[in-house]
Amino acid sequence: MRYLPHSEAERAEMLGVIGVDSIEALFGAVPEDLVAKRPLELPPHSPEYLVEAHMRQLAGRNHAAGDGPFFLGAGAYRHHVPASVDHLIQRSEWLTAYTPYQPEISQGTLQMLFEFQTQVARITGMEVANASLYDGSTGTAEAVLMARRLTRRSKVLLSGGLHPHYRDVVRGYLRDDDDLVCLSASPSGQGDLLDRIDEDTAAIVVQTPDFYGHLRDLKRAAEAVHAVGGLLIAVVTEVVSLGVLEAPGALGADIVVCEGQSIGNALNFGGPYVGLMATRQKFIRQMPGRICGETVDAQGKRGYVLTLSTREQHIRREKATSNICTNSGLCALAFSIHLSLLGAAGFTRLARLNHARACALADALEQIDGVELLNKTFFNEMTIRLDRPASGVVDALAQRGILAGVPASRLVPDDDQVNNLLILAATELTSDADIEALCAALKETLA
Amino acid sequence: MTTKFTEDHEYVTVDGDTGTVGITVFAQDQLGDVVFVELPEVGRELSKGDEAAVVESVKAASEIYAPLSGTVTEVNAALSGEPGLINQDPAGAGWLFKLTVRDHAELETLMDEAAYAEHAK
Amino acid sequence: MSMNTRGRPTGAGTPSTLAANGAALLPDEPLLFEIGDTEHSGVDLPDAEISTARLGGFERTAPLDLAGLTEPEAMRHYVRLSRLNHSIDAGFYPLGSCTMKHNPRLNEKMARLPGFADLHPLQPKSTVQGALAVMEELSHWLLTLTNTSAVALTPKAGAHGELLGMMTIKAAQEARGEAHRKIVLVPESAHGTNPATAAFLGYSVKAIPAREDGTVDVAAVREALSPDVAAIMLTNPNTCGLFEPDVVAIAEAVHNAGAFFYCDGANFNAIMGVVRPGDLGIDAMHINLHKTFSTPHGGGGPGAGPVVLSEALAPFAPVPFVRRNADGSLDLVEHAEAQSLERITAFQGQMGMYVRALTYMLSHGGDGLAQAAKDAVLNANYIKARLADVVTVSFPDHHAMHEVLFDDRFFESTGVSTLDFAKALIDEGFHPMTMYFPLVVHGAMLVEPTESESKQTLDAFCDVMRDLANDARDGNTERFSGAPYTAPRRRLDETRAARQPILTWEPDDARAQAAE
Repeated sequence: MRYLPHSEAERAEMLGVIGVDSIEALFGAVPEDLVAKRPLELPPHSPEYLVEAHMRQLAGRNHAAGDGPFFLGAGAYRHHVPASVDHLIQRSEWLTAYTPYQPEISQGTLQMLFEFQTQVARITGMEVANASLYDGSTGTAEAVLMARRLTRRSKVLLSGGLHPHYRDVVRGYLRDDDDLVCLSASPSGQGDLLDRIDEDTAAIVVQTPDFYGHLRDLKRAAEAVHAVGGLLIAVVTEVVSLGVLEAPGALGADIVVCEGQSIGNALNFGGPYVGLMATRQKFIRQMPGRICGETVDAQGKRGYVLTLSTREQHIRREKATSNICTNSGLCALAFSIHLSLLGAAGFTRLARLNHARACALADALEQIDGVELLNKTFFNEMTIRLDRPASGVVDALAQRGILAGVPASRLVPDDDQVNNLLILAATELTSDADIEALCAALKETLA
Repeated sequence: MTTKFTEDHEYVTVDGDTGTVGITVFAQDQLGDVVFVELPEVGRELSKGDEAAVVESVKAASEIYAPLSGTVTEVNAALSGEPGLINQDPAGAGWLFKLTVRDHAELETLMDEAAYAEHAK
Repeated sequence: MSMNTRGRPTGAGTPSTLAANGAALLPDEPLLFEIGDTEHSGVDLPDAEISTARLGGFERTAPLDLAGLTEPEAMRHYVRLSRLNHSIDAGFYPLGSCTMKHNPRLNEKMARLPGFADLHPLQPKSTVQGALAVMEELSHWLLTLTNTSAVALTPKAGAHGELLGMMTIKAAQEARGEAHRKIVLVPESAHGTNPATAAFLGYSVKAIPAREDGTVDVAAVREALSPDVAAIMLTNPNTCGLFEPDVVAIAEAVHNAGAFFYCDGANFNAIMGVVRPGDLGIDAMHINLHKTFSTPHGGGGPGAGPVVLSEALAPFAPVPFVRRNADGSLDLVEHAEAQSLERITAFQGQMGMYVRALTYMLSHGGDGLAQAAKDAVLNANYIKARLADVVTVSFPDHHAMHEVLFDDRFFESTGVSTLDFAKALIDEGFHPMTMYFPLVVHGAMLVEPTESESKQTLDAFCDVMRDLANDARDGNTERFSGAPYTAPRRRLDETRAARQPILTWEPDDARAQAAE
């Protein structure tokens, strides 16, 4: 077997050193009737070419995003990732390294994380960031818990513009407690969040651009919640937007959580992705997840270590800030490489290009009878109202090889006001031809 | 002025109605270099045994329990900038907080220096 | 004589004391922000004309200070940085409890097929039938290997799986009207995530002491059980590298008391294909795909922690999950129905890891997975046998499973600590073993070789361990006290890092200003 180095002769020799007759003898502590007597009913080992054929056959049954016009967003975005990013992250020293608990032989990963934290802090306009979390949704739940610890209050308001999956994850983490208020979907981009803030409010969670693509006023939200001593958690699911939009930190956000997938990472059918979390320096001891810090070695040379680990489960055990034990290291690396390839100039150009493509899409959609654009503001994503349920239209277009967007009802079931809503995104990869194909097919389907 | 000790390695030095609380030389040695201290709010009412503070080193964290019941009157502000004082001088400049002693009888439940030295062996 | 007549020095020359060997290939690398600037970019993009009408007045006003690099600069920066890392491809990681095995490259190639990597999580289900089939097929393997009733694939890591597993237990007890069960039993040898998870869900944690031999006593469990106990969280094989001999009796006692058995599956590599955890009576167990099923650790993630569930807990599995429709097509159930729990992550979890893990399983087959577990156990016991006369084996009377626990008694009073000893391994080209864990012995050193290591590597490791042990005993403390000497950095000042945290880069002058 190609992954197992021992020959039978070597196994026998090693058993001799141990002083037992068989490997089975080493399982002596296992009650005999529990040891599988015969192989489990699973296929036998297989050569590489056959495994590859099987997996290719499965992959071939999917319609890849790049196979035709494609307009999906809603928390995961298709962007171009430079070839050098994937090449670099597949280097053995990045791909197959362990968590950098031994800093003397992990300076590569540690310095990268320090750079990553700096990049995240800068694009979000915050003072500090951690070394990444699983993804944006779990990051949002962690931010809510962090805000409760910081304020010692429990009431949390989730905006109706928050991605429904994110809302569900928060709800699951908090187990539906009475102090969690989830406002209902707000496709118009307006909600009654600010009116519900009171003296017991620990935090409000506001996403911008929101689930329907509208840009939300973080500054007003920050002022309202700060007036009662609560915190603003700003959520960004399309991190490219930060290239043209004011950083949440500059608008008063206290904790910023982003889904970082858009930079450096493929769609991957939903994961692995990379959660970004940034906050103010004074809050770092309540921040979950790994954190990398600068220090010096025994000879005074600059170096990096994981730090503030007394917050974490392996030391605090039941008193830890969270039970998190891994970050999203390799996805954070891909993010960091891609962002350093972009730089400020490239990141800004990428964001402007995305907005320009989305404007072109919006202009074209508005020309179609039976389509109403809901957004007055957007970055690269928008919601349209059709004259019939959006899911049927999306299925019909998929038959024609066009992935037209996400029907809102897929994430917000049992809500009549969203049934006809379709959420579409455009990125730098969206061509004029894609937009023309979509609009032509939409016209025919709606006719 | 008397100094008494707890089984959890806190000390309290009582002068009149004021008790000064810190951790022992033994405790700071076990923890290693102290890097962070979380102190109680002034005015907080503590009962004997309440979790009053947290002392952290790089690889360990320890809750500090109130050795006596009382009201917190002062915390050692110098520690936030220089937590290493706890290692350098735990019984002096590295004190944690002061409280007004509510019940002097509680002192009787604590160890004296000789008993503590035996305990910390 | 003709041709070239002038030679050049080809001897080794005189040794220098200037720097350790290898330094020439390992130059210090400045930070990204010290190399790049805001104008450099390694991505060519058109400068689009935009009107700000639809940005609603929210456009960025402050300049973005983000260093950029051209492609050649970026290649050099990240290649140079990478070389400062140890990695499983370059050397052995005897890290107990972490299962650092070989990461096959076929897995990487398959995960990058556009039919998997370039799929949006919310595409119409008719367009992702192959991806749903991967989830179904992976589930089948996990259920067969564990003999359990259901699997929740979506947890993003082991600790996330633990959280989900304990959530299902809580939900099951609430459904039975037993919300009063507030205690979770956790052995002292447990991973830190176990008590952290229990506390996160509002349980109080009750520790179960280990027996002299490192295992959990069923009598101690029985004594701790009460009508208020919700569950026990047990790692099996445990973190001392031992199979819990009483595990079946423990499961029975726990079930008789109306509680559930959560098994931490971090050590599944010891028994995969050999023992089915469902046969031991477990109710929930997470499986670390990045340990047992070879998805890369990536310098600390991403991981994946699917959770298998017993019949009693299966109804509480969270959305989303895959279900077969009557017409044979696959459906993805995305909204909670009946007793199923709400989702614990956006989308479908770590699809990239599912593809890698399934590829690994297909490569090994059922027979190969069992052989891998057996080789992992063989390797741990081989190390134990080769070192037992010079290094203290904590629990010598039992065969080890896939990892073997040593402690610091063999260098007691030499002035060498477990930390020193482990750091000295670095100078010999090995990653340190897991140190000071589990907490049940003093100065623990937990060694897990995995099945990926050849006899040659194991012998080289054992030779070095013996040599170090002898040096420690002989009082040659210098080899240890300052170790490592030859790594890119000497020991780092973690006290300084924690006292004055510097978590982001600032130019020197900005930092100086802030300090004033």
